[in-house]
Amino acid sequence: MARIAGVDLPRNKRIQIALTYIYGIGNSRAPRILEAAGVDPDVRTQDLTEEDVSRLRREIETNYKVEGALRTEKSMNIKRIMDIGSYRGIRHRRGLPVRGQRTKTNARTHKGKRRAIAGKKKPPRK
Amino acid sequence: MPRSVKKGPYIDEKLLLKVEGMNAKGEKKVIKSWARSSTIPPEFVGHTIAVHNGNKFVPVYITENMVGHKLGEFSPTRLFRGHGGKLADKRTRPR
Repeated sequence: MARIAGVDLPRNKRIQIALTYIYGIGNSRAPRILEAAGVDPDVRTQDLTEEDVSRLRREIETNYKVEGALRTEKSMNIKRIMDIGSYRGIRHRRGLPVRGQRTKTNARTHKGKRRAIAGKKKPPRK
Repeated sequence: MPRSVKKGPYIDEKLLLKVEGMNAKGEKKVIKSWARSSTIPPEFVGHTIAVHNGNKFVPVYITENMVGHKLGEFSPTRLFRGHGGKLADKRTRPR
């Protein structure tokens, strides 16, 4: 059972895919890591040797920021722009889209579920 | 699409000149500026720059964290007073 960066990798998947279960490793980084560590990307996680796993672990630990550390960095970056009072920071604070998207409609991903507006009647159905 | 590295950051020349003059003399005055698109270089740290937002000048005190951002980011151009009548009163009240 391979456990890398505090994440249990799925046993029955190819290691290239399994690595993407780690936060901070996606379809672009996984092959690069495998090449650097010299591990065959087509091997299933359960078939890896102990040595392979430890090489992968070392490769990831030394060269990449993943999981908790990456999450911390991300939230620190957001906190920084919020603290200096920049436009982007203000948008984060208000829960509105940050990169200039329209907000007349859509933008539900960042705004979250629709909130009902008091006094607004639904148009009658025909 | 970021700006080409070859060109370096865009910094309003006149504004930089004024700030450097003040740094040399060691004085601190509020400078009015319309150069919202100017990047903040490290020289600006500690100064207050009044950045125009289309209506008035918003004083911006430059801290170290702001270096690399643009002046306009700190001077909002839109004022949202909230939607609706009675509800809006509640919402505009400071929290």
